[in-house]
Amino acid sequence: MAYNDHAATAHDHDAHDHKPHGWRRWVYATNHKDIGTMYLVFAGISFFIGGSMAMLIRLELFKPGLQFLDPQFFNSMTTMHALEMIFGAVMPAWTGLANWMIPMQVGAPDMALPRLNNFSFWILPFAFTLLLASLFVPGGGPAGGWTMYPPLMLQGGASFPMTIFAIHMMGISSILGAINVVVTIMNLRAPGMTLLRMPLFVWTWLITAYLLIAVMPVLAGAVTMLLTDHFFGTTFFTAAGGGDPVMYQHIFWFFGHPEVYILILPAFGVVSEIIPTFSRKPLFGYEAMVYATASIAFLSFIVWAHHMFTVGMPLAGQLFFMLSTMLIAIPTGVKVFNWTATMYKGSLSFEPPMLFALSFLFLFTIGGLSGLMLAIVPADYQYQDTYFVVAHFHYVLVPGAVFAIMGGVYYWLPKWTGNMYDLTLAKWHFWLSTIFVNVLFFPQHFLGLAGMPRRIPDYAVQFTDWNQVSSIGGFAFGLSQFLFPYIIWKCVRGGVRIGNRAWEGAHGLEWELPSPPPFHSWTDPPSDALIQRGSAH
Amino acid sequence: MAAGHEIDINMMRKFLSRSAMVAALALSLLPAAHADSGWGQLNMTQGVTAMSRQIYGLHMLMFWLCVAIAVVVFGVMFYSIFAFRKSRGAIPDTTLVHSTTVEIIWTLLPIIILVATAVPAATTLIKTEDLRNSQLTIRVTGFQWGWNYEYLNNGVNFFSRLDRASDAARQLGSGVDVTTVPHYLLNVDRPLVVPVGMKVRVLVTANDVIHSWWVPAFGVKKDAIPGFVNEAWFDIDSDKPGLYRGNCAELCGRDHGFMPIVVDARSKQDFQAWLKTEQLAEHPPAATASAPAAP
Repeated sequence: MAYNDHAATAHDHDAHDHKPHGWRRWVYATNHKDIGTMYLVFAGISFFIGGSMAMLIRLELFKPGLQFLDPQFFNSMTTMHALEMIFGAVMPAWTGLANWMIPMQVGAPDMALPRLNNFSFWILPFAFTLLLASLFVPGGGPAGGWTMYPPLMLQGGASFPMTIFAIHMMGISSILGAINVVVTIMNLRAPGMTLLRMPLFVWTWLITAYLLIAVMPVLAGAVTMLLTDHFFGTTFFTAAGGGDPVMYQHIFWFFGHPEVYILILPAFGVVSEIIPTFSRKPLFGYEAMVYATASIAFLSFIVWAHHMFTVGMPLAGQLFFMLSTMLIAIPTGVKVFNWTATMYKGSLSFEPPMLFALSFLFLFTIGGLSGLMLAIVPADYQYQDTYFVVAHFHYVLVPGAVFAIMGGVYYWLPKWTGNMYDLTLAKWHFWLSTIFVNVLFFPQHFLGLAGMPRRIPDYAVQFTDWNQVSSIGGFAFGLSQFLFPYIIWKCVRGGVRIGNRAWEGAHGLEWELPSPPPFHSWTDPPSDALIQRGSAH
Repeated sequence: MAAGHEIDINMMRKFLSRSAMVAALALSLLPAAHADSGWGQLNMTQGVTAMSRQIYGLHMLMFWLCVAIAVVVFGVMFYSIFAFRKSRGAIPDTTLVHSTTVEIIWTLLPIIILVATAVPAATTLIKTEDLRNSQLTIRVTGFQWGWNYEYLNNGVNFFSRLDRASDAARQLGSGVDVTTVPHYLLNVDRPLVVPVGMKVRVLVTANDVIHSWWVPAFGVKKDAIPGFVNEAWFDIDSDKPGLYRGNCAELCGRDHGFMPIVVDARSKQDFQAWLKTEQLAEHPPAATASAPAAP
């Protein structure tokens, strides 16, 4: 059995590196790199579709009074914007990064279940075609919020069943992808790649995959009950039939809270790769980071009703969920401290991946702190369903998850293409994004505190000024994002050739492979020496 | 071969001056501040009840705690960014990867802080759920798209909808300048009238979909759920009669943003007088059976 005892060089294309050509390469893809690329391209397209909807929202909210949009259409924009971004952009982007990086990082030749991988991806274009088509049927698109509470959601027209079926399809894609991740990590790690030597990106994805398998079926159950209530005479959510609309909320948020950790845990992983690389110093407290991630995942199952503090929950319930929600701040804080300690007494340089990671660290922490405020129940009575909540979750999702995705792409793009991208343009993308994301979302804290509810197309005159600032920030942020696909496209076409290790301080098995890696990498497992050299700590 | 690329100072300077020009241009497009100007609206209201003030206090406590945490964490972060730059010749201390003592401290200290803040939070929460000894009960029903108020045991029942001036102005392409409409989107045709200095209980429910009854000045928000009845209470300071405005706080369809709440808080005597007038209007003494209140 041959071990790769030497770092592969750029000329290392062996005779086994032929790949299929034409459309069959993509439609029949079983290669983790190709499937990863497809997920990322799909996520990028969804990001711009969801982003356009956000631009429409901010356009209508620029001034009080209704200038452009019918209120029903506005509600369908807020609903679809969230569905596109959560299920179309962020989750597929993480799955794309998982597909590209996990096999290379654990020394595996591919994902454990390649044909399942193909199926998982190809469900998505169909699911989203169905979802987007629902905008064009009589009655318009779904307009009950991405949370789809009954009875309102049951007032939907033809778009309602289309939305439900699209969500079922997306859920199946996520569950199958998650199974693939778990099986790959548990079974295909190279000998010597023990669990506690794995890069943190792999750890966070392992834990995320378990969360997905646990909660996506719960969402499927919730939306199926919506479907049967509407079409088959069940009364799960109707008091007259012995049901309860609040039960839907419990079931939805039992999915929904772990879901938001599904959106952010891989970000923690990416940032835990980038910061040590550009600090030239190993991650501080590797084991603590693993345990903190696992604690967050466990705790995420027992906080769900903090989305429901105003529904009329018994006092004991409100107290329990307040305390458990405050508790989840602890492991999250530990991670922030560990990243900061990694930088402390390091040797820092500020390439685009590091810029995005640092922006994440700063701005995600702000989002986390507003989350701590939201946990306090009596105060939450004033925050719930206002722009304060909107500000909170956009801070953790945009400069949180999205910036971490972008940072990850800027980190690994040279590995995927063999070319260094235009660093100057990437820094422009970074600065414009960071500045305008704050112009867009920070004022929304003020709006919420001043009393502006969410999901409204028009508002009282005293909310005008900060809405205008936010909208200007939104347009500028949105425009800046066009730099991103341009930079990537330009890099794919060509750039300064790089070797295996694109970044001086980078550690990990992926950096032992050529850039770009061969179509099939680690066909022979890496040696223990290579694993040691690649080990994060 | 991307070794240490640092922030290009000249590029930063050019970017800052250009963005300053863009910002100046953008700001010039904004309307000038006026009486209703929102620039000063930065914080939650303290409200006009003891509970709303307690809530405000909790909010400020958590806010300053978060500021303190942010100052410390970002302080270390920015210090590191400044002092440990490779371009400044920093050599990484690759042995600084572990410290059980520090890990324990920064796990325990937050736990202690959170337990400390949980105590006042729980105390206030328990008080908000104390619905005993109320002296007036009003059933609040949310519907698409307005509110119905019924003074239980008093025979007064009426609907409260967005006032007609706001409703005309908010139509798509109405051409009306909404800044000329008084209390645009925060005005109703018939406000809820309540006494000050009295514990008022509201029973909140709905007719169709979930709504939510929210008056920031009282610190009260309660979801209105069809088929179920939620309870909340408020006790407005005796010296604070006046009009208090709120909104529906749960997406309820097309006109979710157009079903505000107005509470007219009056002295106890004025309230009793109003109640009598209302009862007479809705149940005229001329012997015929009472008719339901006109919407």
